[in-house]
Parts: sequence; structure tokens; C-alpha cells
Amino acid sequence: MTGRDRRVLVAMVGVPTFLHVSLIWVPAIFSLGLSFTKWNGFSLSRISWRGLKNYQQIFTVFEKDFYEAVLNNLWVLFFLFVIATPLGMFIAYLLDKNLRGTTIYQSLLYFPVVLSLAVVGFIWKSVIYSPRQGLLNTALGRTAEGNQIDWLGNSDFVIQLTENYGLSRNFLALIAPLIWQHVGYIMVLYLAGLKSVDPSMREAAGIDGATEWQAFRKVIAPSLRPVNVVIMVITVITGLRVFDIVDVLNNPTGTDVLSLLVTEATSGESSNLGRGSAYATILLALCFAFVVWYLRSTFKEEEA
Amino acid sequence: MISTRRSRIFAQLFLSAMVIVWILPIAGMVVSSFRPYAETSTQGFFSFPDTLNLDNFRDAWGRGNFVRHWTVTFIVVIPALFLVLWFSSMVAFAVSRYSWRFNIALLMLFTAGNLLPQQAIIIPLFEIYNRVPIPTIPLLSDSGELRGSLIGLILIHVAFQSGFCTFVLSNYMKTLPKELNEAAMVDGASLWRQYWQIILPLTRPALAALATLEFAWIYNDYFWAVALIQKGDNLPITSSLRNLSGEFFTDDNLVAAGSLMVVIPTVLIYIALRKQFISGLSVGASKG
Amino acid sequence: MSNSGYPAPSEWSAHISRRSLLKGSVAAAATVALGGGVLAACGDGGVALGSSSGALTIGSNASDAAPQAGLKAIVDAFMAQNSEISATINTLDHNTYQENITNILKAGEDDVLAWFAGFRNKFFADQGQLGDISDVWDSVSGLGEGFKTASTASDGKQYFMPTSYYTWAVNYNKDVFSEMGYTEPQTMDELKALAGRMQSDGITPFAFANDGKWPIMGTFDILNMRINGYDFHVDLMGGDESWTDARVKNVFTAWEELLPFHQEGANGRTWQEGAQALQDGTAGMHLLGTFEASHSEELADKMDFFNFPEIDSSVGASALDAPIDGFQMIADPSNPAAAKELLLFMSTKEAQNAYLSEDPSVVASSSEADTSTYNALQKKSAEFANAATGISQFLDRDTIPDFAGKCGDMFAEFIEDPSKVDGLLTDLEDQKVAIFDDFNS
Repeated sequence: MTGRDRRVLVAMVGVPTFLHVSLIWVPAIFSLGLSFTKWNGFSLSRISWRGLKNYQQIFTVFEKDFYEAVLNNLWVLFFLFVIATPLGMFIAYLLDKNLRGTTIYQSLLYFPVVLSLAVVGFIWKSVIYSPRQGLLNTALGRTAEGNQIDWLGNSDFVIQLTENYGLSRNFLALIAPLIWQHVGYIMVLYLAGLKSVDPSMREAAGIDGATEWQAFRKVIAPSLRPVNVVIMVITVITGLRVFDIVDVLNNPTGTDVLSLLVTEATSGESSNLGRGSAYATILLALCFAFVVWYLRSTFKEEEA
Repeated sequence: MISTRRSRIFAQLFLSAMVIVWILPIAGMVVSSFRPYAETSTQGFFSFPDTLNLDNFRDAWGRGNFVRHWTVTFIVVIPALFLVLWFSSMVAFAVSRYSWRFNIALLMLFTAGNLLPQQAIIIPLFEIYNRVPIPTIPLLSDSGELRGSLIGLILIHVAFQSGFCTFVLSNYMKTLPKELNEAAMVDGASLWRQYWQIILPLTRPALAALATLEFAWIYNDYFWAVALIQKGDNLPITSSLRNLSGEFFTDDNLVAAGSLMVVIPTVLIYIALRKQFISGLSVGASKG
Repeated sequence: MSNSGYPAPSEWSAHISRRSLLKGSVAAAATVALGGGVLAACGDGGVALGSSSGALTIGSNASDAAPQAGLKAIVDAFMAQNSEISATINTLDHNTYQENITNILKAGEDDVLAWFAGFRNKFFADQGQLGDISDVWDSVSGLGEGFKTASTASDGKQYFMPTSYYTWAVNYNKDVFSEMGYTEPQTMDELKALAGRMQSDGITPFAFANDGKWPIMGTFDILNMRINGYDFHVDLMGGDESWTDARVKNVFTAWEELLPFHQEGANGRTWQEGAQALQDGTAGMHLLGTFEASHSEELADKMDFFNFPEIDSSVGASALDAPIDGFQMIADPSNPAAAKELLLFMSTKEAQNAYLSEDPSVVASSSEADTSTYNALQKKSAEFANAATGISQFLDRDTIPDFAGKCGDMFAEFIEDPSKVDGLLTDLEDQKVAIFDDFNS
């Protein structure tokens, strides 16, 4: 490589990396540091060290919130992997056939991804789940006083794991809008991936007389591996970071998730940002555990 | 395509059913935006409308100060979008086409950076922003420091989204044949030309998909904007909808009308870029 | 043992225990609004109108149309009486403003900030984030002693200028009451009897809505004040009493007895839906703030309210929640003289009348404000507050904000399953100890 080329490469990598590190990583490390302190958020001189006390409190005094949140994040991951992501992939596969009206299908399925959060909250809280006027209770005929189904408030367990933990009914109700948005998101990514499959390979498979399912399995799916990897990582990220939907529906009892615990403990008038940073650090650690696992398995495969 | 006619009919039916279910929640909201709040709160969202008018749209436009906030939004979104795609593609290029000592570490850095939640970094970020001065440019940096300036907002969007984009683009670029580089080097092309004229055009489907998603995310962001900018007038369009909600009372139909107007650009971008997803690999590159 | 000993940063020399402070502020709030005990203007040593000049920015959370117009009216009147000043209003939507108040204070772009009286104001004053406006108070006339105490922080100086308030009571639909022959109950027994009548008439006695987990805090506040008295409520909010105390348990026992009279599924219902039930006549009463009337014009016409009845005759029924709104000055404003002049102006009847002309839903703090434009609800609110012997600011303004959130969580769980109350109270007390410890150390 020429000297000039080397300099260009350094600049091409250096500037973006500097930006990314200074605005994302440096604050992340400070957050980690803050998690060992107590701070009211104002004067830097009031930051006081307290070692592991924040973490200790999270796992004792506030443990119910914490375990409930972690479990809820896991439920989100489960439903995204089992329902939302496969559905998104399947729809993208169908849309790849260039059917009539494909623009309309794609645009309408993508719509929930880009709709503003305020109105997503309105749609699900009032239009769908409202006890008196919502679509569900109206369709089920349960809008009369005393006979209304409480979709968002009732935290009885649908699946009960222990006395205090499980999948609560209203969290299940929250998963519906999550799936609603996630499907369109996966669809877009998968469509880009599907489109990049070499058409000649598909034709070759067709000539061989393979059925559609065989062609998919043997030819298309393997060449989609990079896309599948992206999709999987994205699904995990979405599951761990879920925040907006739960927040805009006002976080009823039993619907805590990790990012909400962070926000509650760090937004205005919080008296101890250290504890909020501790929640954030735990969330970061979980995200990292996944990334380390993923990168190690990817690089192992590449070496093999 | 090897799909039979039967499978195409099945696909049409399935998709139609899917779309109907998916749009049903929105339908009630859309109709409500043409009706007054007093009517839907007494009669319900799926009742037959007595009144249909554009009042909510007019009110939302005015009360939400759409002109000002849309201007701010586009000043932030367009540069941020171009910068994030450009920066991420450069890093992805370096990481996927060349092997060098820090290759893997860099990729891991960006991939992991992809995962950091916003809430986890905002406090220290605010402290940094509050202390870094920049030249005062009208509108772009009223406050004279990163905090409170649109420049600061653009930079955090670029930094934050570049993890995701680098990750996706590097995966995509890895699938492009290595022979492309070799062919170019034989031709004597400089590194920059290889990037700009050969690899980047081939990455078009991934760039188009990312542009669509990134436009939507940056456009719909409220979190960064409201944490880093304290002047109501300098907030992007998402704040217009928030301003339509009150301390106690919120006219949901007004918010619905406002959000229908707000969503238009993101859908238009999707429709415009959709064809780019289709372009695919140019098959000839490695064959001659 | 007690948690009082409100955090006194080493910078402050005078340390007044919060407990005695709050007691003083609300015991004396009997003189609120229309009342006596009015401070006469001092004249010298204070701040004078028309004396400053320059630019000034006001941070506001008034994103609703009427309050926004009201604030603009105040500022326009302010600039009219002093043409040397140019003041701009910086409005953020209500929730965003509150969630980001720390950043707003740190950014320091606004000189004067809208905020709330009570603990939430002292929280910032005691941390040195606010400017001392005691000299403004020296020039104030028309604000009762109770307001002054509600604006005073731990060091004995004032940091807040109150402009308006509203009250919490039991709202009801006048038409339904007169049609069914119901009357306002004076005691708990009468209330229960009324509720029983409503049930047999096919009306749900109490609308109950807890979306956001704050509305039912009002129910807890009033029950605690009726059963255990105002002083105990203040101490409990201040962290000086234990939530596992038998007296607190009594409140929840009483609440559990009343639950069968309330709508089910409150946690999934917004207060607007509760208001709609009141308007439709499917529910008879709703314990909420007077803002409920803003739900619709129809409800505004039909709504009336009565004071939550007494439970224990030795305690009486004169304590209530009346959150006070107003403004504060940051510690280091760009134009302190103009900021103080604005705050002084806000206490005058010109300012308050200007506000009321655009937003008639609240009660003005100045006793000199023109009350002839008050509607029936406002007049009644003012009378209530005037007659009260104990005024609190509502749970989420009376205690550490983090802890208020935990209380909200606990109440929501309680109404879903009252049998869990003992475990819930123990957990809440543990959390209270942890949070107050952090705060006080």
C-alpha cells in the first residue's frame, strides 16, 4: 500500500472512530465509574464514593424491581425470536416475489416502525386497549361498567414461575405493539438481504427441479447467512434495549424493563444518579456478554 | 422465480390478511383525527362519525409550530444521515477489505457500541457537552457550546448510529468478492477510488436500507434532542406532538392529526428508496 | 432514629428541621388566598417595579393553550409597565420539562423557571441551585403567611414565588345527584350509605382511574389526613414515621373497605375515562383535582365537589391537598435585577388578573386578585383552601421524588390485591429507609 493510501486509510478510520469513542465510549466508562458513587446530579464536587453499595441495594432493597425487569426483557427476547423475527422474514420472502401491490404492502407494514411514539401510545392505550371504548373490549362486548377487561392494568400472571415473578397479563399486552413494530423493521432489512441474492443461483436451482422449499433451504438460505446474523443481533439488541413502548404506555405495574429502571433513577429530581448508573452498567454488561459471545463464535467459524 | 402460481395466490392472501390486521389499530386513529375529541370520547373510536373535518390538522399545524420544528428537524436529519452513512461505510470498508492489526478490535468496538443504550450514557454526555465550547452560529449553535446546539445534536446522532451502520455495512461488504480489490489494484486505483467508485456503489442495497431506517430513527428521535437542547424553539418535530399534550388533558385526536402529518416524510423516503433495495449485486463484476 | 434533619449542606448556617417547617407552612395556610395575615409591603430594602432593564428568559412548562396564553398575558403586562425590559418565554411540554429539570438548571439558559412549591422546590433550593428572593418577598403584598412559609427553604430564606393553586376533593355530577336525590355526605358513615344507594341504583359509586400511577395518591393523602391527622401525614411524607406503623396500616384497611365501591381495573384506566364515566352518569363520584372539569365543556357545567367527609371526629375534615404552582429564580441568572422584578410583578394583582383572564381553571395566590370572574368551582376551591387548617402539596410534591415513585408503585399493587398489604408495606419501608438515607447523608 502506498504511503498516501495509508494516510487516507488512517483518516477514513480515525475520524469516525474518534467521534464514536469520545461521544459514546467515554460517557459509558464514566457511567461505569458513577455507578460506584452517590451523586445528586449537580455540583461535581458532591460526587461521593460508596463502593458497591448501589449494587447491593439493587439486589436487596430494590430486588423485586430488578428481577421483574430482567425477566421481562427475557420475555421480550423470547417473543421477538419466536414470533416477530420469523414473521418479518417470512413476509419479506413473500414480498420478494414482486407481486402486484407490493409497494402498498411494504409501506403499510413499515408504517408502525416510523409512526411517532406519542401516537403509538394513543393507538394502543386508547384505540385498542381502552376498557370502555377500545377495539378489543368493543369487539368482545365487554364495555359495560363492571364487565370491562383491564388489558393494561391487570398484572395477574399468565405464566407464573414463582410467587412474585412470571409473565404478567399486561406485559403480554405490551408485547403486541412491540411485535407490531418489529416485524416491519425486520422486513426492511431482510428485503435488502434477499435482494442481494444472486438471481442466477435461483434460476439454477429452479432448473434442477427443486421445490420451492428445497430451493430456499439449499440455495437461498445459505447465501443469506450474513443477513441472518445481522437480524439476530438486531433482535437481541431490540430486546435488551426495549424502552419506548413501555414508557409511552405509562409503565403499569409488572411491566418494568431494565432501561426503564435506568431512566427512573436518572431523570430529573433523582436523588441518586449513582444507582441509575449502576442499573445502566448492569444493562451494558448484559449487552456485552452477548456481543462477546457472538463475536467469538463468528470469528471461530471464519477461522475454521 | 421458481414460485408457482399457487404460491403467489397464497402469498397475496396471506399478505392482505396481515396488512388488514396490522392496519386496524391505525384505522381507528386515522378516522379519529378527522373528528372532534368530545365526540370520540363519548361515542368511542369506532362509532359512526357525525362530524368530519380538518380542524385537528389545522390546529396541530399551528399549535405545534410545525414550520419551525420541521425546519430544525431537517437541519439535523439530512447532515446526520449523510455523515453517519459516509463515516460508517469508511470504517466498514477498512475493516472488511483489509487485514491489519486492529481490524477485529475496531469492529468489536463499533459492534459493541451499537448495543449501548441511550439512557446509560446521557448523564456523562451532558456534562461533556456542557463544557465544550464551539463557535456561535445562528440556529446551528445558539448556545456557543455543544450543549444546546444543533451541531451537538447532529454529532451525537452520527456517533450513536455509527455502531449499527458499521456493523451492518461491514457484514455486507464482506460478501463482496475479494477479486474486486485485486482487479482495482492492478489498474492502479488509489485506496480512495477503490472505496468511492468500486465498493460503495456495490453496497447500494445495504446503504438504501440503512438510509431508510436511519432517516426514520433520527427523524423520530426525542431522547437526545430533549436532553441536550433546552430551548423549546430549537427542538425537532417530535416535540411538536409533545406540545399538543397537556399537563392533565390531552386531545388525542389532535395528536393523531399531528402525527399523521409528521409521519409523511418517513414514508415518502421509504417509497423513494425501496427500488434501491432491489438493485442487488451487479453480477458482472467478478466475471470479466 | 428519626430521619428529619433535612439535608443541610455545610454551606448553610441555619438548619431548620423540615418537619417543623412544613408544619408551620401549612398550619398557617389557613390564611391562604382570600385570607388575612397579609404581609404589608415593606417599601425600603426590597425590590421595586420599573427599576431594572435588559433581557430576561423564562422557562415554562405551560404547554396547554390556556396556561400558555395566561403566562404570555403576565409577561406582556410586565413589559408594558417596564418598557426597558424584554422578556422571552421558552416553553417545553409539561412532562419533558419535569423530567429534564436537572438539565435545564445545569444549562442555565433561563433566568426564571416555572415550578412547584413544597418539597420539590426545597429540593433544589437546599442544593444551591436557586437564587435567594427574600428581598422580593419584602416588597410583596397580597400573599398570605402560609404562602411565604411554603416558599421558604431550610435556611429560612425564600426561593419561590407562588402564583396559583388548585384543590383535590370528591367531584360529582350535579345533574345525577339532583335527579337521584343524593346529598353531599358529611361523615364516613353517610358516604358509605350514599355509595350503597348508588350501587342499588345501578351507578358505580366511585370512578377509579390510576393510569400513570399518580391519581390515586390523592386517595391515600386524604384518607391518611382524615384518619391520622395532618401532622402525621407530614411526618410520614418527611420520612419521620414508619410505613409499617399500625396507623398507616389503618389507612389501608379503611381503603380496602371502600374498594368495593370503586370501579374495577383502575390501573388500566386513564383519569379522562373516569371523568367520562362521571359525565355519563355511570359513576357517581370521583376523588380527583378540580382539573377534572377540563375534560369537556359538558362536564365543566355539570361538575361540583364536596370535601371528603370526616372519619374520626377528633381529627375533623379540614385538611386537604392543594398543590401550589409558581416560579423560582436560578442561582446565577444573567439578569438578576430583572428576574427579581418579574417575580415581584407576578405576585401583584395586575399579573394575576392578567393570568386569570386567559386561564380560569386555577385559583390565584394573591388575595388582591379580582375574584369576580371566578366560576363556581374556583370560588368553592378558594373557600375550601381558606377554611383548611392543613394544606399539603400532594404526595409527589411532598416527599423525595424517587420515593414518591415507589409509593405510586405500591398503591397500584395494593388496589389489585389488598391482601398483600403487609408485605408491600414492609418493602416500601425498606425502600424508604434506603432512599432517605441516600438523601440525608
